[in-house]
Amino acid sequence: MTAPARTLEIRTSPHMVSGYSVDTIMFNVVVALLPVTAFAVYAFGLAALLVLSTATVTCLLTERVACRLSGRASSLGDWSVAITGLLYGLTLPPGLPLWMVVVGGVVAVALGKALFGGLGCNPFNPALVGRAFLQAAFPVAMTTWSPAFTSDRFTALGSSTLTLPFTRPLYDAVTSATPLALWKFERQASEVGELALGFIGGSTGETSALLILVGGAYLVARNMMSWQIPVAIFAAVAAFSGALHGLDPETYASPTFMLFSGGLMLGAVFMATDMVGSPMTSGACLLYGAGIGMLVVVIRVWGGMPEGVMYAILLANACTIHLDRWIRPRVYGATAQEAPR
Amino acid sequence: MISLGLKSFRHGIHPPEAKDETSGLAIRQFPFAPLLIVPLVQHLGKPSLPLVREGETVVRGQRLARPDGFMSVSMHAPASGTVKSIGPTPSISGRMVPAVFLEPQPGSTQEVMEGTPCPLASATPEEIVAAIQDAGIVGLGGAGFPTHAKLRIPPERHVDTLIINGAECEPYLTTDHRVMLEQRDDVFTGIRYLLKVTGAERAIVALEANKPDAAQHLRSGLPGDLSASVEVLRVKYPQGAEKMLISALLGREVPSGGLPLDVHALCVNVATTAEIGRLLPHGRGIQERVITITGPAVQHKGNYRIPIGTPLRFLLGEVGVEEDVTRVFLGGPMMGAAAPSLDIAITKGTSGVVAFDATRAERSHRTVYPCIRCGYCLDACPMRLDPAQLGSLARSQEYARMADEFHLMDCFECGSCSFVCPSHIPLVQQFRFAKAAVRKAGAHG
Ligand code: SF4
Ligand code: SF4
Repeated sequence: MTAPARTLEIRTSPHMVSGYSVDTIMFNVVVALLPVTAFAVYAFGLAALLVLSTATVTCLLTERVACRLSGRASSLGDWSVAITGLLYGLTLPPGLPLWMVVVGGVVAVALGKALFGGLGCNPFNPALVGRAFLQAAFPVAMTTWSPAFTSDRFTALGSSTLTLPFTRPLYDAVTSATPLALWKFERQASEVGELALGFIGGSTGETSALLILVGGAYLVARNMMSWQIPVAIFAAVAAFSGALHGLDPETYASPTFMLFSGGLMLGAVFMATDMVGSPMTSGACLLYGAGIGMLVVVIRVWGGMPEGVMYAILLANACTIHLDRWIRPRVYGATAQEAPR
Repeated sequence: MISLGLKSFRHGIHPPEAKDETSGLAIRQFPFAPLLIVPLVQHLGKPSLPLVREGETVVRGQRLARPDGFMSVSMHAPASGTVKSIGPTPSISGRMVPAVFLEPQPGSTQEVMEGTPCPLASATPEEIVAAIQDAGIVGLGGAGFPTHAKLRIPPERHVDTLIINGAECEPYLTTDHRVMLEQRDDVFTGIRYLLKVTGAERAIVALEANKPDAAQHLRSGLPGDLSASVEVLRVKYPQGAEKMLISALLGREVPSGGLPLDVHALCVNVATTAEIGRLLPHGRGIQERVITITGPAVQHKGNYRIPIGTPLRFLLGEVGVEEDVTRVFLGGPMMGAAAPSLDIAITKGTSGVVAFDATRAERSHRTVYPCIRCGYCLDACPMRLDPAQLGSLARSQEYARMADEFHLMDCFECGSCSFVCPSHIPLVQQFRFAKAAVRKAGAHG
């Protein structure tokens, strides 16, 4: 009889764990974003490639510096800041001057994340914080859109991209208005089929609804994303805008147009669902999503801007902590009359 | 496994079952160790009082110790042999407890001594409860709660349903499964005793859908005059926890801080029931139990009827565990305890031994991330607590708030939240610590 004699490892139960970890979840989100990213580059060519890579690298570097400054171990390995970088890049107009991309990226990570204490502590989606900053600082550049699928997109770069820092970008003659702006200011509707497939101008990543949905479905299937949030957003947008459209189709765009235009898909699937900024229970997620959907329609229809997804999500982020406080599952065996001890 | 439509509870998790390697293996007798260590504390409650002296010769099945008080039970000699000494031995909790060290006599027939039988037909409920205490029966599921104490039902209370717990939701373990397959008649006899004691109208044997053979076997042998049924539940952890079983089967919730009795139910583990049915008619006591020995480090995996008091070191040697065993836990991997040393002994509450060696133990040093508010733990907790919130309060040591506002004391340490947490936060460990702190504060204040 051998008597096993090695030192035993003592741990407390449970001795079994699921294979999930923060880095695997975040890595999978990056994977889910890749098709959208690839399509953005395909649609907008070199400009998009530069915007996306600049955005990502800026965010990674900022995180690295922030970790160093706050004495934390480097957190690049958890992939979360890679998501921030990609998402941030995907919300920008493809022709945005790169120096602005850098400024916004630093703001996204430094103010949107590090200032709050890093991963898990940021109430707002950092990518949207960066974008919101740019929107306020450079409203013109942020709403000037270069068209998709120009024939020379892989060989030539629009003159705006390489604008010197702190100078005003010069745009080439052709810029296009987004479908939302066309509707808002000229009541001109775009082809929904084209919108869904992504053959229309907009932010780098706002184009292909189909690929965004595929990425989202992948994450939902792996239980790495709440399906309740995007579904509630879509339902709320469809119901609200459908009702308005029914009242007056001349003034109010159709629900399909509302769903497939602008940043709604990207926002609903990849930004509103950021685990850190969204509620924890499915009930609260449904409410949160519905709130975002309503806000999007309100801002788009009555607000001063054609697009409202970003502000809707940021506002909902701020409500998350309250939603989580109000909506809790009833504890097993707790009775309603139970007096607080 | 398609198990939609089966009864279950809300929330819970699906850990890998890891039962296939042993569920098909029939129960075998485990040999006697050269020295058996019978701890006198194998139950909640006071240590049993020894009835034997050093140097005394005992017969297998003879009483070694008698109960000291209401929550204590008898101990019986697991083998015929000589009492070497009575002294302290390490227990699974790491504390030293008194124990009888018994040297089995080689060549003895090891025939079991019988006591006074407790006949089902004529015994009164009080006599049955006393016989169960005398037989040294505690919950074989693991907690070590003395079964007779559960059965002393205050006269103003009424039990309508007796639940025989064969869920065995812990991964790796297959003892209850084997007992249901091999000791069907003992189970039924046990149920008869228990129905008589509790006055319950009916019994439900509950098991998870991953044991269809056991369900079929029990159903096909169910005596017509026995008011019992077999209920197949969804495979989900922790389906075998009393509160989860009761809500799955009866749709009733045990009130916070209360007992199953409060909702007219009583749960007894199926192996415990089988022991009652096996021992009482002969007036015997527990001197052995069925356990699953398994895990990647074990060569001869299986289900064994093992003498109480078998030292872990001997056990592992017998089943071919090599030198490099690095982690051994007693009970299942979700709620079982890691063995602090190989000198501890198998007790009545040990339902399994799972051993890992260095190469096959899963990574144990994992990066701990901040909580990312993923909500997985909320979806997992069968008590529907908010482990994320509890965890952050534990970090700031707000124990009283955890208990008062977030139902800390309802946590039964099932481990589901730690299992799912992608940030690898040791939630259960924190909750255990916090509960101890709250209890201590309560005792002092
Ligand atoms: S260990 Fe406690 S808090 Fe965690 S899931 Fe189980 S009951 Fe809930
Ligand atoms: S599972 Fe872990 S990371 Fe997720 S909410 Fe719970 S404590 Fe936080």
